Amino acid sequence: MSPTLAVVVKLVSIIALMLTNGVFMIYLLRKVLGHLHIRLGPMHVGPHGILQTMNDVIKLLTKEDLTPRLADKALFFLAPMIVFVPSFMAYLALPFSDTLKATSLETGLLFTFAVLSVVPIGILLAGWSSGNKWGLLGGMRSAAMQIAYEVPLLLSALPVVMLAGTTDLGGIVDAQAGTWLSVIPRWFITNPLIWPTFLIFVIASLIEVNQTPFDMSEAESELVAGFGADYSAMKFGLIYLSEFSNTFVMSALGVTLFFGGWLVPWIPMSWYEAVPVLAPTVFMLKTYLGIVLMWWIRGTYPRVRIDQLMDLGWKRLIPAALVMIVLTGVVDKLIVPLFNGAVSW
Amino acid sequence: MSDARDDIVTVGLLAEGMHDPGVPPAGIRRAPTGVDDLATEHLIVNMGPQHPSTHGVLRMLVELDGEEVKNAEVTLGYLHRGIEKLAEHRRFDALGTLMDRGDYVSGIMGETAVALAVEQLMEIEVPRRARWIRVMMAELNRIATHLLWYGTMGLDTGAMGPFLYAMRDRESLLDILEAVSGARMMFNYVRPGGVVADLPVSIEAKIREFCDAFDTYVDEHDAILAGNEIFQARLDGIGVIDAEMALAFGLTGPNLRASGVDFDLRKRRPYDAYDEMIFDVPLGVTGDAMDRFSVRMEEMRQSSRIIRQCIEGMPEGGYTAKVPKVLKPPAGEVYASVESARGEVGIHLVTDGGTSPYRMHYHGPSLYALQALEDLMPGYLLADGCIMIGSADIMLGEVDR
Repeated sequence: MSPTLAVVVKLVSIIALMLTNGVFMIYLLRKVLGHLHIRLGPMHVGPHGILQTMNDVIKLLTKEDLTPRLADKALFFLAPMIVFVPSFMAYLALPFSDTLKATSLETGLLFTFAVLSVVPIGILLAGWSSGNKWGLLGGMRSAAMQIAYEVPLLLSALPVVMLAGTTDLGGIVDAQAGTWLSVIPRWFITNPLIWPTFLIFVIASLIEVNQTPFDMSEAESELVAGFGADYSAMKFGLIYLSEFSNTFVMSALGVTLFFGGWLVPWIPMSWYEAVPVLAPTVFMLKTYLGIVLMWWIRGTYPRVRIDQLMDLGWKRLIPAALVMIVLTGVVDKLIVPLFNGAVSW
Repeated sequence: MSDARDDIVTVGLLAEGMHDPGVPPAGIRRAPTGVDDLATEHLIVNMGPQHPSTHGVLRMLVELDGEEVKNAEVTLGYLHRGIEKLAEHRRFDALGTLMDRGDYVSGIMGETAVALAVEQLMEIEVPRRARWIRVMMAELNRIATHLLWYGTMGLDTGAMGPFLYAMRDRESLLDILEAVSGARMMFNYVRPGGVVADLPVSIEAKIREFCDAFDTYVDEHDAILAGNEIFQARLDGIGVIDAEMALAFGLTGPNLRASGVDFDLRKRRPYDAYDEMIFDVPLGVTGDAMDRFSVRMEEMRQSSRIIRQCIEGMPEGGYTAKVPKVLKPPAGEVYASVESARGEVGIHLVTDGGTSPYRMHYHGPSLYALQALEDLMPGYLLADGCIMIGSADIMLGEVDR
């Protein structure tokens, strides 16, 4: 396969994955939330409503694409793409298995965080350009939030990087192979030193994916629909596809950093080669477990206020993350070597 | 920029000399040349009448500095139907239908207010059983009303689950109310002289079943919101109404009791069979949103307690007094009030000896709570404003009449 063709195939596969994933996730979200709320979710289009999302996609595609009279037309058009493209790019470095990944980036973790941090800029633009005051408020909230959570999110990934010794996502997974005392998988989550870090990561990633305890930029009961108030048809579709895609990416990152990525404990490495679909399946299952966990929180919790979020981000998460980095460094580089390799992470 | 003004109707705030955001006020340059020259303006947003957390068709003009509310002005009248005027052309036994459409989720209590007024004018002695049925229905209705408030309170804070859990319980309540009165919300069940029909057979079992289930559910409801740290952080210290302010604004009902004022018409001026019931009146301490929340949650428990007493001790007898087909109270004037789920619902009837009132005044509690909101909101964030509207439990059908 020529290199150009390979790139095209990879990009098309990512888009296909993103779309099918999005469609499935929307259906799953409705069902999960439905059952959390003692109702059924979609039931009418297809058996158990499985075609409901397809129906909605067709609806979005055929709807009239409205641009408000007061909108800044160029930016209004551009904003959904600025939201969508980084979400798409975030898939590039994700390792679905040892071999199944679009690209093997030395700086995969940084790259993923970097592209994801562009999304709020798109949301700010979307809110600002739609010429709607609620949209503007939503966009501003999004921009203010971004700084408060991007920093702790990145900082909370650093202890993992320190333990793994690499920012390549594939390398981080490899560092989690094997078991302790041939029972406990050597995933970073089984390391008590990482637990506070994981908590910070979970909170920061909930803010990143814009979901209920932290859905301030949308905040239906306060800002009507926030930045998305004036979007219709497929522009709306792109923004929400990106939101779902970010949920997937954040969950996948969590799985990669803390839960051993595509690894299954207790099985020999040769099995992955013998059954090529094993690793990606495991990875997807773990990721979806993380997604359902996020939605569980989404279906239960009320929303925090914007200043409370700022407090949480600046006064709690960032100092805590910094402390954890120092602590991890001290334990990993000073205390562990004292035991002379008898215990290694 | 003139288009930008389309969504701001120049009433109230703007008319009072606040500058229009579309036109820069004199002395402020449009294009700043440096940071020192940056001019900031307050943003005026039109909250409602289609805003999701204004609980109906409330419209507020809110002046924002960033997210902080600087000024709020309530605009009323989007649901005005002229109930007081319509009442002048209704027969006395049909006034209840109008009250159902006033506060449209606690109809039984509104109907009772009208019925009490007509009974006082005509000096009708209501049979004991009818009074007990009224109390039981009113308390069932109170729980249904509070459950709706509870659910929307959850929605206001962004929690979707509690609403649907509340609706589950409310549905079974509405089923009971429907079995008794024939309608889910527009009951027209309480009539001058008693109630329109006796309790259906075997309804006691259904009600007891509901009470048993509800006593555990209400703790669940309490735990899922009040037990949540985020919810507490959102409500604590928000919208504090002290006793003095509450009295000054004429608040009644849970809003007043949350401020620590022990005033409940069911205790102070017992009507129907409330003097025979044993129940407590929960009081708040500080009068913040959390107190209003706790008071209403406790009221639901007390209502359940009253309902249990009603099914246990439901007296035998007629369900209505002997009243003429066409009610013709003597000329006079009367004020009767009941403790509705939201506060004092009062009916002032002036009659001229005819078959319909000469004038009916409908005193509803929500209007007063709404006026307090204007004073409460400045200084808080927009998100707190939504909490205040939710915790004040306003009912626009009753505000606008």
